[in-house]
Amino acid sequence: MSPRVRAGGPCRPDLKIAGMELRIDEGAVDAARGLARGVAGQVGAFIDAHSTVSVERSVLRLLGVDGVGPEDVPLANLFVERLGTGRLHGGAARSIGALVAQTGRTADDVASAIGDGSLEMSLADEAPEEAARRALSSTVARALEGIDRRRQERERLLERFPQTPAPLLYVIVASGNIFEDRTAAVAAAEAGAQIIAVIRSTGQSLLDFVPYGATTEGFGGTYATQENFRIMREALDAVSERLGRYVMLTNYASGLCMPEIATMAALERLDMLLNDSMYGILFRDINMKRTFVDQHFSRMLNARSGIIINTGEDNYLTTADAVEQAPAVLASQFINEAFAHRAGMPDAQIGLGDAYEIDPGLEDGFLFAVAQAQLARQCFPDAPLKYMPPTKHMTGDVFKGHLIDAMFNLTSVMTRQTIHLCGMMTEAIHTPFLGDRALAIENATYVMNTARHFGDEIEFKRDGIVERRAQSVLRDAHALLERVAARGLMESIDAKFFADVKRSPNGGRGFDGVFARGGDYWNPFEEALAGRATAGRA
Amino acid sequence: MSRNVKPYGDTRDDGKVQLSFTLPIDWNEAADEAARQLVVKMGFTDVAVAEGRGIASGFSFFVVYASTPVSIDVDTIAAPSAKTQSMSMEEIDAFVRARIGRKIRVAGACIGTDAHTVGIDAILNMKGYKGDYGLERYKEFETFNLGSQVSVEDLAAFVRDEKIDAVLASQVVTQKGSDITNFTALAELLEAEGIREDVLLIAGGPRVTNLLATELGYDAGFGRGTLPSDVAAFVAQRLADRIPA
Repeated sequence: MSPRVRAGGPCRPDLKIAGMELRIDEGAVDAARGLARGVAGQVGAFIDAHSTVSVERSVLRLLGVDGVGPEDVPLANLFVERLGTGRLHGGAARSIGALVAQTGRTADDVASAIGDGSLEMSLADEAPEEAARRALSSTVARALEGIDRRRQERERLLERFPQTPAPLLYVIVASGNIFEDRTAAVAAAEAGAQIIAVIRSTGQSLLDFVPYGATTEGFGGTYATQENFRIMREALDAVSERLGRYVMLTNYASGLCMPEIATMAALERLDMLLNDSMYGILFRDINMKRTFVDQHFSRMLNARSGIIINTGEDNYLTTADAVEQAPAVLASQFINEAFAHRAGMPDAQIGLGDAYEIDPGLEDGFLFAVAQAQLARQCFPDAPLKYMPPTKHMTGDVFKGHLIDAMFNLTSVMTRQTIHLCGMMTEAIHTPFLGDRALAIENATYVMNTARHFGDEIEFKRDGIVERRAQSVLRDAHALLERVAARGLMESIDAKFFADVKRSPNGGRGFDGVFARGGDYWNPFEEALAGRATAGRA
Repeated sequence: MSRNVKPYGDTRDDGKVQLSFTLPIDWNEAADEAARQLVVKMGFTDVAVAEGRGIASGFSFFVVYASTPVSIDVDTIAAPSAKTQSMSMEEIDAFVRARIGRKIRVAGACIGTDAHTVGIDAILNMKGYKGDYGLERYKEFETFNLGSQVSVEDLAAFVRDEKIDAVLASQVVTQKGSDITNFTALAELLEAEGIREDVLLIAGGPRVTNLLATELGYDAGFGRGTLPSDVAAFVAQRLADRIPA
């Protein structure tokens, strides 16, 4: 095995800098990527033959179905529930298209009438498929134009209000009240934050519907609703204009409503979404088939809307030992990349995750963290890597916590991470206070400024601690992927290959919402987006 | 007898403390003075605003040093720890075999909407925490990790149906007192179902103290830094104490 050098490239060509390089086995990188592609491909056959209730609800939302019916149940949920099993297999678009054709009313009107019982679903069976398709064709085209318009809007704003160089500082707001979150987000942007994440209320990932309207109560976070998205986007647009730099907004396309969140995010111009191929399965016990199908359609939408996904590899490290789990992180990054490519996402939209969760008591722990971060940078040269802060080893000692965060900040800037979630010295104590956020941003700003080009000025010692560590992680990740490829991804998760958690293919939450596509299945958005997905891969 | 103490800066009884806080006002010199007077109103003396600056429009951050006039008699304070004498996994297993003579059945869960299983996993998972094996690895413990977001109703039903000896309820999220609400709900439900006395009820989480837990009607509380063997030793010894000699 002769190690060949592979340059770690920047995520944007205009920021091209040489940078320090690890000598790693490029052949092993290519082989790992190939194995991951195979792993995703095996699951792909299942994905292509199935849909889920949440995918169908997303289709309805894209067609303009919004609002809630009796007892605040979203109209999209009501409509899918009333389809019944037979019609569901054909996809929601077939039936709503037929009802639009029959009544001459809009999709939203039709769903509303189904919701309040004034229209019978059986009327849908009376229109031929061709009529249903014709009835929706202009609505589908308008929806896609709407997504494209939002994307172009972002591109224009980024030109007018350029961001300052990466690592882009990312902070969370999590008061439970969208209006308090707005105040906190604006303050954080003024303090230097470039990305605002609104943490969701604990438990939202397990709701099989998206709450409606502006919300002011949540636990450990604020409900993701389309109105909350709109409120935050509006506030951040105003502050972007005032500061002369575009402030990005992110939320969570995870849990049982993954594709619906991706839809709402596209419509309200969110810029990023947390979206992992296995997180919900392993850490929220959501059924794997549901997750894989939901994820694929979500990512097709994300690809079209220009949204950068953030994957969740940091979770392997918060629940287990960081040194031991390093190969699983890299393997998961390759798998996430493969699924994203399959959904038509370009590298520039694939924010692969990692975290600085190294035990502060471990001698040379910093070197291990640098090895892992730099290894990811070189394996995924064009991906906007997302680097998560220390959480597991943070304690009530805020002074030590601030120091650990500083080492994390240094690792991030020297290995050219792109999306940098600012660590809070109060991580172990409470959801961040406004002042905590400002101190965290000052810490990151100081370290990143004082060490801006440090990574360009140094070289790794040949076969030193860092290089040997990176080579061993790559080797072990490759071996793990080989085992996963041999067994299949679903079977591997069942066999506890990831995070030491066992999940069975038909177990977990949301499995009852997965269904086989009928011969007459129709999803007009998938049709339109798939054309692009193929083009994206070419 | 009493032993009065004050915070120690560099001289006995100087009462020095350090505070930092944010005020919802723009920074200027008057803001520093407002911060100083606020700290005087808190009852401190010798107040020095060491740092004051704007951190966003409408918000200022301060670092203040001051002296407190009050002291505390530490001999009047009692906050007993639930950590009993330290025992190894092998010692605990041997103790259970000798004193209880059957496996101890333990159920753990993150209750309510809390999804943060890091604490309960550290105690229960085979692997454990800081080199101390988790309860799943003990030969004399039958362990059920119910995971995250378990409703108190489900947990109570499980305790009843599975004849559980010790319940470990974990809470990491503390926003708006959700942890206290959930802990209380569990204790009350077990009481209402008439099974509270049949189990050891234990609270865990980074903000939990033994004092807080006992106030909430729990048998013990374990906070940050707790090792699985701390919990195992407590459960084994307390259950053994309950067996008539």
